[in-house]
Amino acid sequence: MYYYLRKFIAMFFTIIIVTLITFFSFEIIPGDPVLSKLGIDADEAQIASLRAELGLDMPIPVRYIKWVGNILKGDLGESVRFSLPVYDLIKTRLPVTFSLMIISILITLAVGIPLGILSAKYNNRIGGFFINFITQIFLAIPSFWVGIMLIMIFGVILKWFSPGGYVSWSENPAESIKSVILPSVAIALPNIAIVIRYLKNSVLEQMKKDYVRMAYSKGLNSFRVMKNHVIRNAVIPVITVLGMIISSVLAGSLIVEQVFTLPGIGRLLISAIGNRDLPLVEGMILYISFTVLFINFIIDILYKFIDPRIKYD
Amino acid sequence: MKKNFNLIFGLSVIIFLFVFMFISLFHTPYSPTEMNIRERMQPPSAEHIFGTDQFGRDILSRVMEGSQTAFFVGFVAVSIGLIFGTFLGAVSGYFGGITDEIIMRIMDAMLAFPVILFALMFVSVFGVGIKNTIIAIGIMSVPSFARITRSGYIQHKQFDYVKSAKAMGAGPLRIMFLHILPNVISPIIVAASMGFSTAVLSEAGLSYLGLGVLPPSPSWGRMLNESQIYISKAPWFAIIPGIFITLTVLGFNFFGDGLREYADNTEK
Amino acid sequence: MKKSIIFLSFILLFLSVFGSSLTVRIPQNIDFLDPHKAAASGTDEVMFNVFEGLLKPDSQGNLNPAVAENYTISQDGLTFKFFIRKNIKFHDGSYVTPDDVKYSLERLSGLDGGPGYNSAMISTIKSVTADKNDNSVTVILKTADTNFLSNFTKAVIPRHNDQYQNSKPIGTGPFKFISYQPDQNILLEKFKDYWKTGYPKVDKVEFKIISDEQAALLSFMAGNIDIYPRIPAQMLDILGNNIKIISGGQNLVQLMAMNNARKPFDDIRVRQAVNYALNKDEIIELAALGYGTKLGSNMSPVMAKYYQEGLENYYSTNTEKAKELLKEAGYPKGFSTTITVPSVYQFHVDTAQIIVEQLKKVGINAKIELVEWGVWLDRVYAGRDYDTTIIGFTGKLSAYDVLKRYESGYSRNFMNYKSEVFDNMFKKAYAEIDDKISTDLYKELQVILTEDAPAVFIMDPNFIIAMDENIDGYEIYPYYVQDMSTVYFK
Repeated sequence: MYYYLRKFIAMFFTIIIVTLITFFSFEIIPGDPVLSKLGIDADEAQIASLRAELGLDMPIPVRYIKWVGNILKGDLGESVRFSLPVYDLIKTRLPVTFSLMIISILITLAVGIPLGILSAKYNNRIGGFFINFITQIFLAIPSFWVGIMLIMIFGVILKWFSPGGYVSWSENPAESIKSVILPSVAIALPNIAIVIRYLKNSVLEQMKKDYVRMAYSKGLNSFRVMKNHVIRNAVIPVITVLGMIISSVLAGSLIVEQVFTLPGIGRLLISAIGNRDLPLVEGMILYISFTVLFINFIIDILYKFIDPRIKYD
Repeated sequence: MKKNFNLIFGLSVIIFLFVFMFISLFHTPYSPTEMNIRERMQPPSAEHIFGTDQFGRDILSRVMEGSQTAFFVGFVAVSIGLIFGTFLGAVSGYFGGITDEIIMRIMDAMLAFPVILFALMFVSVFGVGIKNTIIAIGIMSVPSFARITRSGYIQHKQFDYVKSAKAMGAGPLRIMFLHILPNVISPIIVAASMGFSTAVLSEAGLSYLGLGVLPPSPSWGRMLNESQIYISKAPWFAIIPGIFITLTVLGFNFFGDGLREYADNTEK
Repeated sequence: MKKSIIFLSFILLFLSVFGSSLTVRIPQNIDFLDPHKAAASGTDEVMFNVFEGLLKPDSQGNLNPAVAENYTISQDGLTFKFFIRKNIKFHDGSYVTPDDVKYSLERLSGLDGGPGYNSAMISTIKSVTADKNDNSVTVILKTADTNFLSNFTKAVIPRHNDQYQNSKPIGTGPFKFISYQPDQNILLEKFKDYWKTGYPKVDKVEFKIISDEQAALLSFMAGNIDIYPRIPAQMLDILGNNIKIISGGQNLVQLMAMNNARKPFDDIRVRQAVNYALNKDEIIELAALGYGTKLGSNMSPVMAKYYQEGLENYYSTNTEKAKELLKEAGYPKGFSTTITVPSVYQFHVDTAQIIVEQLKKVGINAKIELVEWGVWLDRVYAGRDYDTTIIGFTGKLSAYDVLKRYESGYSRNFMNYKSEVFDNMFKKAYAEIDDKISTDLYKELQVILTEDAPAVFIMDPNFIIAMDENIDGYEIYPYYVQDMSTVYFK
């Protein structure tokens, strides 16, 4: 119990540090949110009135404390660029990034687990060589380039879809999935490779164990052995890589949303940083760091739950 | 001994790319920045093996020059990560206790933060350009080196040779870097090779977002950024730089795996 | 016979249910829905369809009555009286009253106790009075201003919507505002009670926000977009057959600005040398594929009335001359400088790359520095901290507004251009009541700019619009506007 409490407090502090750094770095960043919003043809009167409206004249520590105070009240503030509540902006973008993440994780597992098991089973010279090569390539290909190539093949040559046309889940579920499937593939490739490699090693390790040898000596066929003993034990460690995969999917979606012009969190964040939209950036940093840390926390618990042999000091 | 395919393949790719880069220091078929109206968007041909871009610049020459960027970014960023990461990891692992706790919590926080996101913020604060790209990528590669070094030190500080060195009155710095470091260096070198590919990928990603290397200097990521609006017209422009990024990352990953295998075999 | 009537009515029913809907691509988000707070030209181009002022500009650059039916100006030029159009309605169905006009003008000029949103109006308007009896509004100015009329194009909005101006904007334009989804779209719907009968012609307009050109192109080719304004010239030859392309000057001045207060550009010979070093034809060919008009001063030929011809070849490319001038100025070996470019504008980034190559030939070693838009505005435009930069000035309604940028006292004279001759003549042109004389003076001012070379005036890139071949009625405006009221399906 003490362990979780400590972890939880560490998580809390990490979030405070991250938001604090973001807040103060925006003070030294060159660039002006008001000018950025209003552009080259802005009238001085418009600039002055917006500055006053946003309260940008207050000192930074005061604004940070105010911001934290509002967070505790459940108010994330209002975006400078969009003049809309930060919460609403994040809420409308979340489903896009979320469906990207879920679909790419599903693809990762659906392809990675069978291939990982197969690669362990056929771990002879040619099979091993082949799998090794494929996974290496998956790891080496930059996801945004895969994205460009997928657009080229499916968008330009085959004309199966048109990028930038994101369809929301509530509008049309089938179209919605269609619009995120290619970006999800682009994100999934390196993660598939990670799962395959991890699972292969884990299966091979299990196969060396005594209970597997026993099972074989009892005359069970290799399929049954695999199914009943090895896989069940080998899949467990995959959960540890899941945390890594989730944060890599999150980072991947940052760039891939740009490639496919999907209106997700990543694109919102990049444009918010570009527009010096501090309330929006802070809101999203808060959200992202919380998600990543929380998922890692959950996986930690999950892992301990599944495999009680692991002890924490 | 079994043939170490990974090592051989990785090394050959790296050597090929290195030679490619080395030649570009002295000679490229055309000037990588010179523009030519009449040669715009030429598909691959005998004169331009990889074709030309929207300004009529020779893509082969630009890809060659771009390899300098990739190697430079990879080398410097990994050096930053290696030096600081090894030092922090050594301190953390050797001393343990509260020092270890503080350093490792910071490293964990950094690991949880996506590299691209950090680089994005870093570049907004300090400005777009190759220098800041390298520093950002370098900083983000510190934790992985620190972790690997730390685990080596935790293991080795209990060994007899360390204890006897201590008994002979050697200072902690001397023990850390003269006695232990040579014994834990092989996983660090493996990590360096992997770190190199991560650095190349990150640079490409940042330059693709328009936040890395500045034009007109050729960078593979930057070329991809410029090529994207021409994919229907000049697909080669988008294909070639991607192949080179993949090849470089592939080479260093294979090399890293090969090194690990080699180290494991010699240990046994 | 009967069958065909049924068939026809079926079609009519079908049309009335689904209506005609247009999808137009725009690259950026809106800054404010509230028209008085909005400043970005990207907002204007969309909301031009929603809001109208007392007057409204047309595609020829004339100011026509809109919310006002007609107006009178007193002899001394101090009193403007506007008669509100009879039975003109806001989008919510309420009639436009003189009080609403008064509210709008006072809100803009800060007479309502608020901050005010238009500095010209803040400094010039003395009072606004509404008269219910003859349905008129009278505006009295503090000082006479020949150029003031164009300020009355600012939107007239209803007083009763004061609180919701930025969330549910209401205007009198041909289209009603329906919704805005950042990074996705802006939906407009036909305003059935629009005062100009017969307009608009389509029932719905969707402005689709797609920032990426490649994505926009693929969407357009897939038929998800009907009108693709400002399509990059590089994409034209892949569009295929059943597409209509309109192209014309867009009254934009793309220039390479030099910081006239900073070494070495404080020396006119250096600035002229840069002008001789650059090859504008090559830039137009490489960056715009030839779709651009070469300029010689800060005026596009679209402003036909004011445009001074013959300046575009004043500095024809001459490497030798450039080198000579640099030598005279004390830079026989050239020098190093930085071109600061806003990274959002790929067109300017491309231009910068070409310029770097061209400057190399005269020994000037230029480095590109990419900055975000907010940084550019803050550091370069407002802070004037830069060597050189590349930017485009969007079109204005009057020559006065175009050339104001070079007046030494103007707050956004970011090139730090200072010329007494220019200032005096500019004042004279502004005060001149005789149109012919003032027009000649504005032309003379362009010559001064060319000679003093505060910048390299490069080109007016063409405004190229690609659209479905069944679309007709699209009009090109000399400023940042997409007027959808005249557009229809054939």
